[in-house]
Amino acid sequence: MGRTLAEKVYDAHVVRRAEGEPDLLYIDLHLVHEVTSPQAFDGLRMAGRTVRRPDLTIATEDHNVPTTDLLKPIADPVSRTQVETLRKNCSDFGVRLHPMGDEGQGIVHVIGPQLGLTQPGTTVVCGDSHTSTHGAFGALAFGIGTSEVEHVLATQTLPQIQPKTMAVTVNGALPDGVTAKDLILAIIARIGTGGGQGHIIEYRGEAIRSLSMEGRMTVCNMSIEAGARAGMIAPDETTFEYLAGRPHAPSGDDWDRAVEYWTSLRTDDDAVFDKEVVIDAAELTPFVTWGTNPGQGLPLAGTVPDPASFDDPVKRQSAERALEYMGLTAGTPLRDIAVDTVFVGSCTNGRIEDLRAVAGVLKGRKVADGVRMLVVPGSMKVKKQAEDEGLDEVISASGAEWREAGCSMCLAMNPDKLTPGERSASTSNRNFEGRQGPGGRTHLVSPAVAAATAVTGRLTAPADL
Amino acid sequence: MEAFTTYTGRAVPLRRSNVDTDQIIPAVWLKQVSRTGFDKGLFSAWREDPDFVLNQPQYEGAGVLVAGPDFGTGSSREHAVWALQQYGFRVVIAPRFGDIFRNNSTKMGLLPVVLTGEQVDDLQTRVEKDPALEITVDLENREVRWDGVTAAFEIDGYTRWRLMEGLDDIGLTLRHADAITEFETTRRPWFPTTV
Repeated sequence: MGRTLAEKVYDAHVVRRAEGEPDLLYIDLHLVHEVTSPQAFDGLRMAGRTVRRPDLTIATEDHNVPTTDLLKPIADPVSRTQVETLRKNCSDFGVRLHPMGDEGQGIVHVIGPQLGLTQPGTTVVCGDSHTSTHGAFGALAFGIGTSEVEHVLATQTLPQIQPKTMAVTVNGALPDGVTAKDLILAIIARIGTGGGQGHIIEYRGEAIRSLSMEGRMTVCNMSIEAGARAGMIAPDETTFEYLAGRPHAPSGDDWDRAVEYWTSLRTDDDAVFDKEVVIDAAELTPFVTWGTNPGQGLPLAGTVPDPASFDDPVKRQSAERALEYMGLTAGTPLRDIAVDTVFVGSCTNGRIEDLRAVAGVLKGRKVADGVRMLVVPGSMKVKKQAEDEGLDEVISASGAEWREAGCSMCLAMNPDKLTPGERSASTSNRNFEGRQGPGGRTHLVSPAVAAATAVTGRLTAPADL
Repeated sequence: MEAFTTYTGRAVPLRRSNVDTDQIIPAVWLKQVSRTGFDKGLFSAWREDPDFVLNQPQYEGAGVLVAGPDFGTGSSREHAVWALQQYGFRVVIAPRFGDIFRNNSTKMGLLPVVLTGEQVDDLQTRVEKDPALEITVDLENREVRWDGVTAAFEIDGYTRWRLMEGLDDIGLTLRHADAITEFETTRRPWFPTTV
């Protein structure tokens, strides 16, 4: 029987397999940031261990970094200590670090692909659930906790029980105005926040094939919001074109060898998935969330649902609580929901294509009175590229704030946060209670919807303008 | 890691689904660089509500948390596990867990137990009726017992053994250091390095 893409990559990394034990899986790339690593480095120190492969490890500062006044020390002493701890750990253990202010700094899931370190057929881990992003290249990439970070630092491996496989096939072409973000929000609403649990999702079909690498990264990024261990897309010409010439991509004869190998990384025709979901792209429209988990989403043309309309008592109760937290009334058209803040950025939607989409909508328009809009590039390189293209001028001229790179208001560990009761339209990945600041209310949207919403002050698609 | 064989004690019913790790420990607590002090952050936003279940005196000192489906979804923060343990929980029972949370729990010796939605509901109802009810979570026999009910749960044999022995994964893996070195000689030479 044939094998799936996920199985091919997994099998190629099994160091040791023994009956009744987890497989020992080799890790090709370990990405590190300041939040989930300090206790892991401490663990190494206490046990007198070293980093086995610093040459397969790279660190960046992203979660805590302010997006203004980069040259000043971080004002919050606790954040500052965490960032300084990462610097000391990287220096002590010989790990390459891109600190704040460095031209290579950025969100961990933006810099890996940008450097060409994320490659098809590799295994990638990071102490961050959105590591699934890297699966867009046909890498097997998943988030881990701090104990596992320490394990990878010490051994460059992880004990794993092989996940099951799930195919999400999106047939047909995405209609105009429907983006990768709308697609993944619709997928999560369809399969639920636990629908992918224990599985690696492979995204397939015409609509996926026609996405750019940025769009594919947006889709794979939110696999975790569908509960999946990882998301993957088979590498193809789009992937190779993105990688060619990047600093850590193979070159010369190695490039040819790499492309030959990468081309073999596709699911065999006779392979069988443990679970399959089929979606018709033609039915999709701009999609937004109304609740407090990423599965609570609807087409923008819809209305806030009545909790009584859910048959499942667990979903009903969850919807009741979500409406109360979100301050919403059943039956309200989603387009009538007014927002205070619009956030563009994060590892989901902080790439150049996202910023182009935002600038495309904002060009010649103004952010509505009373609305604050933050645009935070995913990395310093993305910021520079956007500035070279003049996107920053369009964004600033509209009244939005053009910021430095980092995770920013996606999780509000830096000064960018919502105040209690404040409502946002956000291109990030989580609408959890308090995610963007205690008491904050989040609607997840695409970059295009974010920009149109900023213009009207209510949830809006560009086509409505 | 502390070994886990059997726990007998009281339980807290948390009647919520999709309890993501941002709720278990909000991001502001993640700035610490130590492994201690996270008990204060456990459900810190929800604990501001005096009626929240953890604020009810009858559940004080309980070691089992009984929650709705999709517990521990979202962020990979292991701080969620540390917070639960440091607060005093030894076991979390739910119909379904986030994968990373479940992994993190077993690395630290917090036992995640999957029971059916009906079993969880029954357990929550009985605990609400009698908060002093004793629950036994028996890892050796893979079962939870309460009020005359016995519910079997699944856990793979290796993880069960590691939890019962309280073994650290890194030490176990390093017994295979030669296999890792051998594997490294077979890696494609053009695979990327960060240097």
